[in-house]
Amino acid sequence: MLTQKTVRVWFLVHKWTSLVCTAFLLMLCLTGLPLIFSHEIDDALGHDAWKPANPGGPLLDYDAVLQRALANRPGEVPLFMSFDDDRPVVNVTTGPRPDSPGPEMHFASFDRTSGEIVPPLQGGGVMEFILQLHTDMFLGLPGMLFLGAMGLSFAASIVSGVVVYTPFMRKLPFGSIRTTRSSRLRWLDTHNLLGIITVAWVLVVGLTGVVNTLSTPIIDTWKARQLAELTRPYEGRPAVTSLTSVQGAVDKAREALPGMTLQFVAFPGGSYSTERHLLVFFHGDTPLTKHLITPALIDAETGALVGVRQMPWYVKALGLSQPLHFGDYGGLPLKLLWAALTVVTLVVLGSGLYLWLGRRRATTTSGTEPLDALAAAAE
Amino acid sequence: MRRPPQLVRIFGVPALIAALSLFGLIAALIGDGPWDAAGWLGVFAPFAALVWTSQRRG
Repeated sequence: MLTQKTVRVWFLVHKWTSLVCTAFLLMLCLTGLPLIFSHEIDDALGHDAWKPANPGGPLLDYDAVLQRALANRPGEVPLFMSFDDDRPVVNVTTGPRPDSPGPEMHFASFDRTSGEIVPPLQGGGVMEFILQLHTDMFLGLPGMLFLGAMGLSFAASIVSGVVVYTPFMRKLPFGSIRTTRSSRLRWLDTHNLLGIITVAWVLVVGLTGVVNTLSTPIIDTWKARQLAELTRPYEGRPAVTSLTSVQGAVDKAREALPGMTLQFVAFPGGSYSTERHLLVFFHGDTPLTKHLITPALIDAETGALVGVRQMPWYVKALGLSQPLHFGDYGGLPLKLLWAALTVVTLVVLGSGLYLWLGRRRATTTSGTEPLDALAAAAE
Repeated sequence: MRRPPQLVRIFGVPALIAALSLFGLIAALIGDGPWDAAGWLGVFAPFAALVWTSQRRG
């Protein structure tokens, strides 16, 4: 099955695909660790301590909230409105133009019982920083795609790692860690054992991470195909001058998608809508469907329901890959397991690096054989 | 020599751990309550293997 030559080739693949991505994977594991608990950390930072001004009181409708948000940002236009699940808070994103890029956007949260601004979390900036580092290293789309490429290299290193696991284990029972001969051998066995028991989890998290790095091109493809198709009949018509009621639009959309949870509204001319529509996005209620979004289209001028559009398969695939990457879908025990598996992955990465660094010394000075020779000889 | 039994010997336990892990990842995704609990057990498989092998090593 495996000749000495093929073992050496797989070993080279394992070595180089690992070396390419190890530094970035160390960063991703270290930043990913706190991100697993971002909800709990937000609560600790005061998300939980905030209380509405008039608990149980009547709620302002979405038009009234929008009015407050726009009064707060004179001259700006609404881009998005999103809704907290666990408290009566509406978040409004505004910008100078409907197509304003991210850095020009302004985000503010409003208490629906009073219309007052909800102060941003103290210290929330740290988590924001960690998330940004984890997502794109502050480099935008190129950074995201680069980390996606690192994820692919990581996946290749795992697959080749499984192959080179074979010769090492020919004469050893599962779980062997040889502690008597050298620390190098002990770390080799530890690397092999921890690597092989985490293969499934690490591949799932790695590959869903790669899918997540493609979110921008995926959403762009959806816009170029489905949204463009919806916009075509309106080409050349003047832009919307008077915006319909947002509350009315949400109510209409809710009727069309009963049983789903309101997630956000995209205003006309922005990156998630057309020039002529308000798009009202809903998500499902189960762990499986929570990240699957479905938009209802509302005519931005008349407020009439235009229809419901199911997302294409590639957007659904993106939505499904999110929980499997974040680990936030099975309560605190699953998050703790996610964290523990991340720590194990850090040990695999660290021991791999140690074995590679020691390898040079092993070949030149001491009598220890290099790993590929060791593996090949076992064949 | 290189007969299937040896592959099974080398990859039997790892394959079982991988299968349990994948089952756990999917179970927790399907529902809450008992599904979550099944998910925790499945995703715990790698650690169960660690405990088992460390005890066997003595």
